[in-house]
Amino acid sequence: MMELLAALASGLVSPFAEMAGSPRFLIEVLIGGISSGLLYSLVALGFVLIFKASGVFNFAQGVMVLFAALTLVGLMERGVPVALALPLTVLVMIGLAFAIERIVLRPLVNQEHIILFMATIGLNFFLEGFGEMLWGANVKKLDVGVPDTSFTVAGILVNRLEISAALTAAVLVTILGIFFQRTRIGRALRAVADDHQAALSIGIPLKTIWVIVWSVAGLVALAAGIMWGAKSGVQFSLSLIALKSLPVLILGGFTSVPGAIVGGIIIGVGEKLAEVYWGPLVGGAIENWFAYVLALAFLLVRPQGLFGERIIERV
Amino acid sequence: MSGAPGAGPLLEVDAISVSFGAVLALNRVSLAIARGEIVAIIGPNGAGKTTLLNVVSGFYHPSEGRILFDGTERTNLRPWEVAALGIARTFQNVALFKGMSVLDNIMTGRLVKMKGSILLEAIYWGPAMKQEMAHRAAVERIIDFLEIEAIRKTPAGRLPYGLQKRVELARALAAEPTLLLLDEPMAGMNVEEKEDMCRFILDVHDEFGTTIALIEHDMSVVMDISDRVVALDYGRKIADGPPHAVRTDRVVLDAYLGVAHA
Repeated sequence: MMELLAALASGLVSPFAEMAGSPRFLIEVLIGGISSGLLYSLVALGFVLIFKASGVFNFAQGVMVLFAALTLVGLMERGVPVALALPLTVLVMIGLAFAIERIVLRPLVNQEHIILFMATIGLNFFLEGFGEMLWGANVKKLDVGVPDTSFTVAGILVNRLEISAALTAAVLVTILGIFFQRTRIGRALRAVADDHQAALSIGIPLKTIWVIVWSVAGLVALAAGIMWGAKSGVQFSLSLIALKSLPVLILGGFTSVPGAIVGGIIIGVGEKLAEVYWGPLVGGAIENWFAYVLALAFLLVRPQGLFGERIIERV
Repeated sequence: MSGAPGAGPLLEVDAISVSFGAVLALNRVSLAIARGEIVAIIGPNGAGKTTLLNVVSGFYHPSEGRILFDGTERTNLRPWEVAALGIARTFQNVALFKGMSVLDNIMTGRLVKMKGSILLEAIYWGPAMKQEMAHRAAVERIIDFLEIEAIRKTPAGRLPYGLQKRVELARALAAEPTLLLLDEPMAGMNVEEKEDMCRFILDVHDEFGTTIALIEHDMSVVMDISDRVVALDYGRKIADGPPHAVRTDRVVLDAYLGVAHA
């Protein structure tokens, strides 16, 4: 009994002592957490945009990340220089948005959400197969020109690739945040998210909004695909980071752009801290499930998420 | 008034039919609305009043017939194209953006008026800032006009029904429409709220010269505010004329009360 209490006490206290004991290491862990968190935010943003504009949870968001990265790498492998391959991939993603609006969304307008959701499951498998058919299923190396090496600032070890990915993600996330909070497209998007019929009546073209959000979601997927792909190669497992952004969405709220950003950082930092400091106490591999436990705990306390719109129901 | 054609009626509905499956919701209905008129559309439940409004605002497309706005044919426009022409509407069951504040709701009504660079809007700079301020000022005038200052920050979904109807009217007005379509603006209101709404509709008409078509059940309201009354029954137009004439029209009375078999 005493032993158990002692173990519990050391489990609760010793990690904090460790953090205080080596602040530089703590900062390194935090930087690692923030940079992976920003990548989660990027993927989560793709979900949020589409969810806001059409009330659909886009099951294919993860595969869009894979598809975008595959297209970019595939083009580069065929000898297209990066400077050309990147804009080409952007065009492909925008083209994809147009195609999705025309072929998938427009015929299903006014259908139940669950039907649209199932359509995105179909889209998921189509994109997966189509991407592999075009570019092959083997693991591809994506070289973005930033070496995967580290340098030291004030005694803190920083990875070049990680930090440039984090900075790019931060810039993108900020631009998108401003775009959707301040511009009239942002206002139109919020209107469409709230009530389709009313949005139509005040002159918002639904299909334009859909093409815009799916294009932006495609671009966000491309950015996430590049960063993740540079780290771990372009392969099928890229599409699984979508699963990691689910807890981010639960934490931040499905309808909130700032929520996706803050939620991503909380999850990224949280899981790194948990893994490094508490991991050894329970035998490690906390990183794989910590985010989901955090999300579950959140669901109990605040089901609408940190920034989600309050769920008001009239009784 | 703008627009070269100018002379004819503002809106012309020419023999339109709409059917849902086997149900003929509108059967070759024609009607014209002149500039500056207030026209009430009446009729028993299921007569096709809302369908008529939905056709004019582009939510439904007629299977036959034409719609002319300002002398130009506009039959198969989509709702957002109709809004861009200067036709604003409200809905029978209030379609507000419930999660947004009253102010934001009314601001969305200005979207059709917003132009210029989205990039400048993003950094809130130069002409974009001026534009945003001009729109805000216009919206504040409407808020004053409809006496909803006190609730401007309240999420629309939390307001009582009567006020929601008023906010919806405010959003429609924000677009500075030439034609305003109101689907039962006074449904579910108490006497005092109805009187307020009547006053607002008349004020809008006097102040901005807006042409108004409204669906209404309350005959005393219809008598008070409309210049002309159009009655529908089973998708057909059964009367069209000055309020008092329509009110005493034999066919209209029959439609409402049933035919007496003596």
